[in-house]
Amino acid sequence: MNHQFSVAIGPVGFRIGSDWRAPIAQLETLYRAYPKPTDGVPDFTVRLFAARPWRRVLRPSVMIGGDFVLPEAAPLPLAQGLLAAEMGMNLQMALGQRRYLLLHASVVERDGEALMMTGVSGAGKSTLAALLSLRGWRLMGDEFALLDPETGQLHAFPRLVSLKNTSIATVAAEAPADRFGPLLEGTPKGTIRHFVPDAHAIATMIQPARPALILFPSFGFEPAARDVAPSEVFVRLTQASTNYVALGERGFDALTKLVTSVPARAIDYPDTASAIAQVEAAWAAR
Amino acid sequence: MMRRAPDGWLLARALRLPESTLALDAQGWTALLAIARAEQMLGTLAWRLDGVAVPPNVGRILEDAWRSVEQGRVVALWEAEAARRALAPIDERVVLLKGTAFVAADLLAGQGRSIGDLDILVPRASLDTIEAALLDAGWEWVKPDPYDDAYYRQWMHELPPLIHRDRDRMIDVHHTILPLTARITPNAAALLADAGEVAPGLWALSPEDMVVHAAAHLFADGDLAGGMRNLWDVHCLVEQDGVAGLAERAAMHGLNREVARALRLAAALYGDGAGSRLVDRLYLRRVTARDGWGRTTRPVTRMAFYIRSHWLRMPPAMLARHLWTKWRKGGAGPASG
Repeated sequence: MNHQFSVAIGPVGFRIGSDWRAPIAQLETLYRAYPKPTDGVPDFTVRLFAARPWRRVLRPSVMIGGDFVLPEAAPLPLAQGLLAAEMGMNLQMALGQRRYLLLHASVVERDGEALMMTGVSGAGKSTLAALLSLRGWRLMGDEFALLDPETGQLHAFPRLVSLKNTSIATVAAEAPADRFGPLLEGTPKGTIRHFVPDAHAIATMIQPARPALILFPSFGFEPAARDVAPSEVFVRLTQASTNYVALGERGFDALTKLVTSVPARAIDYPDTASAIAQVEAAWAAR
Repeated sequence: MMRRAPDGWLLARALRLPESTLALDAQGWTALLAIARAEQMLGTLAWRLDGVAVPPNVGRILEDAWRSVEQGRVVALWEAEAARRALAPIDERVVLLKGTAFVAADLLAGQGRSIGDLDILVPRASLDTIEAALLDAGWEWVKPDPYDDAYYRQWMHELPPLIHRDRDRMIDVHHTILPLTARITPNAAALLADAGEVAPGLWALSPEDMVVHAAAHLFADGDLAGGMRNLWDVHCLVEQDGVAGLAERAAMHGLNREVARALRLAAALYGDGAGSRLVDRLYLRRVTARDGWGRTTRPVTRMAFYIRSHWLRMPPAMLARHLWTKWRKGGAGPASG
């Protein structure tokens, strides 16, 4: 393809090809501190292309392709090309990842132990992970937790943190401006702004960590906390996994081991300060 | 020196001569893996490259692919067992076709093969009973379009596809191996009669008929999409069971030209290239139309084969009517992207 970019995010390498220069230039800027895929061979290919040749220039719109595709995926305007690239990479992971059990969760680490946060979209897992990474935690990822069935460890996948709508201002209030990507307005998920993980998170991204606590945060409620039974954690995590079925027995064994060995809590929070305090309290009591 | 742009031949060479991959650089590997994935042959490549020194990350990617096809094999065999149980009360042979048959019979062609739907062959006279039994056991219709449904029932060699409501797996119930509209009419009774039992209650076509089926699918039915994998099937089947009796069997089904072509093309891609003809080059050009990004290429060639596939499938007046109906629904045309 005319323009391309390669990057390693945690243990996974990507190659992104594009009919346009603009999305590639943005990726080069935002992922500048990241290494290249191991041995120069990426695990997955993403393609950003025009549905018809003239759509490269006339009302350019970006189709998302790659090794794995969703047949009905709608194209995005070229101004949202960066988002298309990120969606393409997520799609390869969601549909193609077979080494790790993929859990839709954010992960931060402290003292070699990992805190996993999962929940419905809007629960605040990306925002919380970004905020915790500004308070001494290592950011391991805001979207996917990679559980290694062989070792039971979590691998980092610290792609750009995808901040949406009001959480953009929340994080921007605490972080330097040069760690943000362009403001993407009017996307299918509202307003999006990408947040670049800190240098430490990138430098240590190949180090896995032992899962020590699973949290189910919910934003918009009075502060509350409860334990979550392993059986409930199991069911919620199968729903939060895109490849649980595809992994077969390995997936079942890995998940069973995770939920029976790691405590889980649900926390409700009305604001940032309350969320951080509750996370710290749950972490101390794990 | 300018290097030749990678296409399907890169994959063919790696499958034929696994050691040839030792010469690949990172770019070559990247293209090879993308092409293999696009042709749904990454598991096959993993099987062929087992024991060859590959870069560590390539090794990990191939290991993942191998695990994936192994899990696919388990699921495919379980699906075949589910169909066997559903159809056990009906006293007819359930003959597995394609990938599921290859793994059930533990053939070379099944090694590393990715398997999609469950394809079975049953006697046409029992179709209604079998359809009812499958619906009873949890399979449901997936084609809501009345034109498609009627078209399948009147003209196709299979029922409209059914999908199982719990396991989300598709089953294609065939009663012969070519559409009824095709100019060639294979001997469906002989296909069933000469099948062999490969596992208790599960049958597969005779080795000769497996090649005949692959050739029929490639040249008398489809537009050669997935041709690399189909020809690899042919290559493995012939390598395992030889060609003795194959020409006679093909002639009996009226598919001697198609089988001979399948053997020549399989040999050109994966063997010694014996007996290759000039016209084969056009077919090979279509089959290997894939670039290093995994994209289909050569749109004119592909379109020509797409039109040819319909030409072979039905008489001209019917073709015109069919394409008109499909075009108005916005469905016709070869897959792009």
